[in-house]
Amino acid sequence: MTERTTDTSRRGFLTGSLAAAGGLVAVAGAKAATPDPAITDVQEWNQYLGAGVDDRPYGVPSPHESNVKRRHVEWLTASRESSVNFTPIHDLDGFITPNGLCFERHHAGIAEVDPGKHRLMINGLVDRELVFTMNDLKRFPRMNRFYFLECAANSGMEWRGAQLNGCQFTHGMIHCVQYSGVSLRTILDEAGLKTSAKWIMPEGADASGMNRSVPIEKALDDCMIAFAMNGEALRPEQGYPLRLVVPGWEGNMWVKWLRRIEVGDEPWHAREETSKYTDLMEDGRARRFTWIMDAKSIITNPSPQAPMLHRGHNVLSGLAWSGRGRIDRVDVTLDGGKNWITADLQGPVLPQCLTRFYLNFEWNGEPLLVQSRAIDETGYLQPTKDELRSVRGTNSIYHNNGIQTWHVRDNGEVENVEIS
Amino acid sequence: MLRFLKVLTVVTMFVLGGHIAHAGQYELGREALPKEVAAWDIDVRPDGTGLPVGSGSVIDGEEIFLDQCAACHGDFAEGLDRWPVLAGGHGTLASENPVKTVGSYWPYLSTAYDYIYRAMPFGNAQSLSPDDVYAVLAYILNMNELADDEFVLSNKNFLDIRLPNEANFFADVRPDTPSISEVAPCMVNCKESVEITMHARVIDVTPDDEPGAGTE
Repeated sequence: MTERTTDTSRRGFLTGSLAAAGGLVAVAGAKAATPDPAITDVQEWNQYLGAGVDDRPYGVPSPHESNVKRRHVEWLTASRESSVNFTPIHDLDGFITPNGLCFERHHAGIAEVDPGKHRLMINGLVDRELVFTMNDLKRFPRMNRFYFLECAANSGMEWRGAQLNGCQFTHGMIHCVQYSGVSLRTILDEAGLKTSAKWIMPEGADASGMNRSVPIEKALDDCMIAFAMNGEALRPEQGYPLRLVVPGWEGNMWVKWLRRIEVGDEPWHAREETSKYTDLMEDGRARRFTWIMDAKSIITNPSPQAPMLHRGHNVLSGLAWSGRGRIDRVDVTLDGGKNWITADLQGPVLPQCLTRFYLNFEWNGEPLLVQSRAIDETGYLQPTKDELRSVRGTNSIYHNNGIQTWHVRDNGEVENVEIS
Repeated sequence: MLRFLKVLTVVTMFVLGGHIAHAGQYELGREALPKEVAAWDIDVRPDGTGLPVGSGSVIDGEEIFLDQCAACHGDFAEGLDRWPVLAGGHGTLASENPVKTVGSYWPYLSTAYDYIYRAMPFGNAQSLSPDDVYAVLAYILNMNELADDEFVLSNKNFLDIRLPNEANFFADVRPDTPSISEVAPCMVNCKESVEITMHARVIDVTPDDEPGAGTE
């Protein structure tokens, strides 16, 4: 429990950046005293040939971007096979998450599935119990949709107070990609639902056999079975070759390595919807089937891993989303909630999808307390953490969508704090 | 015309009598064979649907548990390190440190059957026989003081066991905070003063990329 000067996970990088900026935060509009060697020197890439085509048959980011990676919190879980890591949302822009940076949550490690041996079975309360190969599934009418996927435990470590210094850790159990696949309704219609069909139970092919209960109304409304993300096959970490897409609902239900869907008349009350993913209230009772992800937002820049480097004109950036529909508005405060300014939503603004927001502002080097609050098209207003605690207590782990506060200090460092 | 009808009859007979009885809109996939469904249909529901025939005693369960489960869950299902605690925790759910075990929290015993068979032992899933699973469950009930030492659990008495916390789950009530139609969000001069009440750095548990930099 020793106090540190900075607790960021990019300490070396940050120290370098701050030093390069002149020891403190750079001042705007400075005149150069000497010519810039970045201009006057001939760099090697100005002079020599680079690698040829196919040097990288599957392209990778510049080595200068090696800090941009998923990270996990070692003390959080008992083993890496049943654990989670976090999307580096402070290093990304726009609203699409690159496939290799989408956070991972596994319950029995990454199943390495041979697509030639993968089958999807539909059984239970259907007219025809069916089996599909991957090739069969790709012959159904197809659809493409952008959706966010958020773990219900995202921000769960913050229920009792500010704990982790970095939006990657406080808010990184989220990603947003374009899915390609087939409407689940099409698949269920092909099997023919019996009138007694009220629930489905998707099940994974991994060694946890992940299973959840999904009400038939949702299954027939907007669920998909997806085999591609951002234009390429699903990554193994994301359920290759097939996963369920449950728009706006908690990530645990988006069963990866999907191999079976049973249709039934009652929910299963599987382990992941009883022992886990139920919300314990202060009186000891618990909410269950808490599926929807409420509206939420986070300022990704500045944040503890992405400090302020310059005085003068700056761009504050962040993400907002709602499982209930489109983001209607995001307000930002720089003074701890005394005054709020409506941020610019940079489109597209899609339902159940990450939405990027920006706020242009001038920074004079004085400390800031920055927050964002999202409002969705249903009128849902992102609550404060204390509002949530007053309703739910601090034992519920899941569904913490409270407003996050970052403290920007005069030297540009940023810390996770809570305020009055 | 006659020839056409003949062809039609042959086609109809083939479709009805052959293996393409499937009549979905796209005629994609094929009908699952009963043995295929049986191989994958392992789920168990609270009403007992899906429970296989079998039985197991607390005594047998103790032996299996010590051999297959105790390395993570502890000899008495008390949980080692950060692995799940399966027994105890009664009366803790409304406290500062709730302990959510099969006995204190889980609503249905069927959940434990379903989960143990499909996912346990960790790293060797679906390796236990139905008798093994009944026995392990009997032992877990015993460790939770919900069954005596002589108890034998089977598909026949399974539904007689009710877990104590079953009634304490209720449906989602969200949204549970005010919407903008109830409270218009304030934009200007919303409060007079602001104080920092908590710093993450005091707790200092954020991971660090530098090797050897302990964070706990």
